[in-house]
Amino acid sequence: MNAQGNSTLVNVDGVEKVFHRGSEDIHVLADLHLQASVGEFLALMGPSGSGKTTLLNLIGGLDRPTKGAVTVAGERLDQLSDRRLAAWRARHVGFVFQLYNLMPVLTAERNVELPLLLTHLSKADRQKHVETALAVVGLSHRAKHYPRTLSGGEQQRVGIARGIVTDPTLLLCDEPTGDLDRKAGNEILDLLQALNREHGKTIIMVTHDPHASARASRTVYQDKGQLSNEPVK
Amino acid sequence: MKFFHLIWCNLKRKKLRTSLTLLSIVVAFVLFGFLAAIQQALVGGVELAGADRLIVRQKVSIINLLPISYEARMDRIPGVDFATHQTWFGGIYQDPKNFFMQNPVEPEKFLKMHPEIVLPPEQEKAWLATWTGAIVGRRTANRFHWKIGDKVPIQSTIWTRPDGSRTWEFDIVGIYDGKDKGTDTTPLFFRYDYFDEARLYGKGQVGWYTIRIKDPSQAAEVAKRVDEEFENSPAETKTEPEGAFIQGWAKAIGNIVFIVAAILSAVFFTILLVTGNTMAQAVRERTGELGVLKAIGFTNAQIVSFVLAESCLLTVLGGALGLGLAWMMISRGDPTGGLLPMFFFPKRDLLIGLGLSVALGFVTGIFPALQAMRLRVADALRRM
Repeated sequence: MNAQGNSTLVNVDGVEKVFHRGSEDIHVLADLHLQASVGEFLALMGPSGSGKTTLLNLIGGLDRPTKGAVTVAGERLDQLSDRRLAAWRARHVGFVFQLYNLMPVLTAERNVELPLLLTHLSKADRQKHVETALAVVGLSHRAKHYPRTLSGGEQQRVGIARGIVTDPTLLLCDEPTGDLDRKAGNEILDLLQALNREHGKTIIMVTHDPHASARASRTVYQDKGQLSNEPVK
Repeated sequence: MKFFHLIWCNLKRKKLRTSLTLLSIVVAFVLFGFLAAIQQALVGGVELAGADRLIVRQKVSIINLLPISYEARMDRIPGVDFATHQTWFGGIYQDPKNFFMQNPVEPEKFLKMHPEIVLPPEQEKAWLATWTGAIVGRRTANRFHWKIGDKVPIQSTIWTRPDGSRTWEFDIVGIYDGKDKGTDTTPLFFRYDYFDEARLYGKGQVGWYTIRIKDPSQAAEVAKRVDEEFENSPAETKTEPEGAFIQGWAKAIGNIVFIVAAILSAVFFTILLVTGNTMAQAVRERTGELGVLKAIGFTNAQIVSFVLAESCLLTVLGGALGLGLAWMMISRGDPTGGLLPMFFFPKRDLLIGLGLSVALGFVTGIFPALQAMRLRVADALRRM
């Protein structure tokens, strides 16, 4: 699936994911293969329940496959211990969520600072990184504001700033515009596109919005646990 | 320290709930302080009792007197260094609520027997030279604003003078301090020779004896010898270590340690439930946020530490406030007006209280913390 021929950053190889609900086994992903290259902006499209978020969680090391291998940045995620997986996530992945998932008790800048608390940076250095990230998303002037005083678009920008503040290898976005109006959604997509094009950030974005996927450099379609390069009929 | 801001902000999230929980912890620790002070006042003397001192009282009851002639016989018993006596005077100053202990003693022997009483040499000299002289502890002197040279009338509830009056007048010749905080500095001591001559009845009789023994490890044997010495006499004796004697007094009121432990157990069990519920709710409400923290790389150990730190911060804050408040209130002195002369908050109990607040935080936080640790990130994020 690597269409661009660049060095592979993400390699999902023969992955299967089964959830157990009571006595019932739910097969969400079946023998799935996916590759993404460094610097790519990949959109994962598909209807609800097609397993997009599950796949994103596997790539982000938030979940483990039932079968198969997930290799990201040269690391076999399915073989890492919980502790090492957490450390790997802190170093390599930034997450952007549909509902922003900000801490309501922290200001925008303190929310952005959260991933930096896991580094050995001094307070002054952390502050510099936070200011840079907020400047990139255009929210320097809202640094001291609490999430409840920000609009949805602004909250998502804070979420993106939090995702990029550690300069991660990979940015994973789960329906980043799903809770926004068209205008705010476009601004977020502009921002993601800029991060990809101007800062070389590798992005994998789950969406079911064709308008959003059009901003990606490549789109793959997911349905019934399988991927294809063509939209599902 | 870099995580403190996050922990503190989480604690402030539901201000009313946190304040009410904090208040209940504060009240519990104020109660802890007061009960510790009451226990100290009632049984604390046991710890401070001299290991080399025995108390000899009349076998039937302490209110029955012993002959003064026993003193010389006790001095001759092997293992006894020396003996001296005291008698319960049972006086009040001006008003029945102004209760404190006053006992007639033999000044020189009394001071030798009780090195925990610190009296300047010139005041000791004045006491020996003044027939109606009395020394009083600093607390009582401060309470009634007595100073050296004052004449104080004390109304005895027991002892009558030959003229039928029960008012005894003493000259304050000394004010003593305690060697340590636990020393009771409320009693007044006056001369036995003056007392014995001036009382209408009971002459030549004393309340109880205190014996200094040469070897504390021989206490049981010496006590046995003393009681054997006076066996089959009209006033048989019961001899016991000073600590056991004080404990006996406290037991007459009730099993204080048990009562205090029972009340505190009930209070802290309730606080455990209140705080535990607060923490469980706090974690449940934050499931999604904990998922985010895990997603961005916080480890399970860090999540457990956060929740524990939060619960410990809450209980330690409440504990410190409660203990501080108790300390301030107890420092104002005996609230009973003299029934609890050694009413203070022992440092040991203060440290126990602080330890208890940490333990309370740990116990109330550990189950929500483990619950938070077990959260699967993907599941937690769905509950945001």
